[in-house]
Amino acid sequence: MTRIKSMIGTAAGLTVLLAGTLAQPVAAADGVSAVTEGKVLSEDRKKGNCLACHMMGDGAYPGNIAPPLVAMQSRYPNKEKLRAQIWDATANNPDSPMPPFGKHRIVSDEELDKIVEYVWTL
Amino acid sequence: MKKILLTCAALILTAGFGTATASTPEEDKAAWDRFYQQRFPNVPEEDYNNGVYTIDKVGRENWEAIEEFPPYEPFIDAGREMWETPFANGKGYRDCFPNGPAIAGNYPHWDKETGMVMTLPLAVNNCLEANGEKPLKYKKGPINNILSYIAFESRGQVVNVEIPGDDPRALEAYEEGKKFYFTRRGQLNFSCAHCHLQTVGMVLRTETLGPAKGHPTHFPVYRSKWGTVGTLHRRFTGCNKQVRAKPFKAQGKEYRNLEYFLTHKSNGLELNGPGARK
Ligand code: HEC
Ligand code: HEC
Repeated sequence: MTRIKSMIGTAAGLTVLLAGTLAQPVAAADGVSAVTEGKVLSEDRKKGNCLACHMMGDGAYPGNIAPPLVAMQSRYPNKEKLRAQIWDATANNPDSPMPPFGKHRIVSDEELDKIVEYVWTL
Repeated sequence: MKKILLTCAALILTAGFGTATASTPEEDKAAWDRFYQQRFPNVPEEDYNNGVYTIDKVGRENWEAIEEFPPYEPFIDAGREMWETPFANGKGYRDCFPNGPAIAGNYPHWDKETGMVMTLPLAVNNCLEANGEKPLKYKKGPINNILSYIAFESRGQVVNVEIPGDDPRALEAYEEGKKFYFTRRGQLNFSCAHCHLQTVGMVLRTETLGPAKGHPTHFPVYRSKWGTVGTLHRRFTGCNKQVRAKPFKAQGKEYRNLEYFLTHKSNGLELNGPGARK
């Protein structure tokens, strides 16, 4: 599983995986597939690994360091605000242990957008 | 949850062990003791030397089962043999450490002559080199045998790291270690304190984050993940790597000063090495 996960690092690999095993629509522009890809990225230990700290969706074995990611749309006025939190949590809270995913290039811009798409649905 | 975290962070700062405030080693120690006591009011002081198992009940049960047949035992035996086998020149460890083998309680300490923090692994290698023997590697391999033996023989000694007032360089080394502990590192941007103070006791995916107080009392440690015994500096390396930071050299100045600072926070606890961890 870990091997598979590290193989799906690239968007292309991911698309192949999704097409091959989940038979999901593959066009990146497709909203549904961006959400699905965002979910995979957020759970991938080498990418978002958000589950290390947050309970989110049906993700298995979440940590409890951070608030559960629920009802996002009622707490964030828009996706830009949400994106800013994930881009660099220390801008809002200098003591935050949350890694600055965008600022430190832990994920690419494109990947970050997909994660935002997914988190927005929670 | 957010509130708890912020209170935690505020406590770290007001308690005086943030990097922002100047505080003496004694004040730092008192602040850590107070912090962990408030965080884990039911943990008896003397139990901290059990590391993460002080606070992780399920982990503790597994660990106690493992301790029935300690995986580090063969390493102690191999270490005893090293201790008793003479070097090529006929001398042995005993000649370097006349009070040995129960000497772990004397380390780390400030060495005024060399102006540096002296750790046990470094002293072991100094002994080997002084006798024309090849020094041992600092993270893996036979150094863990001799360290396991010494740790085992030193069980029950009490940690008592001193920062001598008559040499300002000792306090400097301590301060450097402290700064290291609170500095964010790596792509993931964590300091040691983020995991072992600020979010201590919480669960990172499936790992419970253990208190730093008591971390160094039981090294070297047999880790199931390693499948062998490893040194404290090997563990530092791992904790640096997991946040994608470049690790420092084992027994280099950075890690020795870090060990000096960290072990001081375990003053008063009994040594109980070697340990077993998952
Ligand atoms: C190492 C821990 C950690 C990781 C990993 C982490 N977070 Fe966080 N996150 C936190 C903490 C702690 C907070 C609470 C506020 C703060 O400290 O910034 C937080 C806050 C948030 C918030 C604001 C929540 C709210 O209710 O306002 C969002 C959104 C969020 N994280 C999303 C993510 C996403 C998406 C990922 C993965 C790509 C992620 N986090 C990974 C620790 C983490
Ligand atoms: C991202 C989280 C994280 C960071 C950052 C981190 N650690 Fe750890 N560390 C852990 C976890 C999880 C463990 C295993 C549980 C435990 O023993 O506390 C651990 C274990 C340890 C141990 C072994 C304890 C034992 O009883 O065997 C030591 C020593 C240690 N850490 C020191 C450090 C130091 C020094 C730093 C900074 C250079 C650091 N850690 C940074 C998560 C972290």
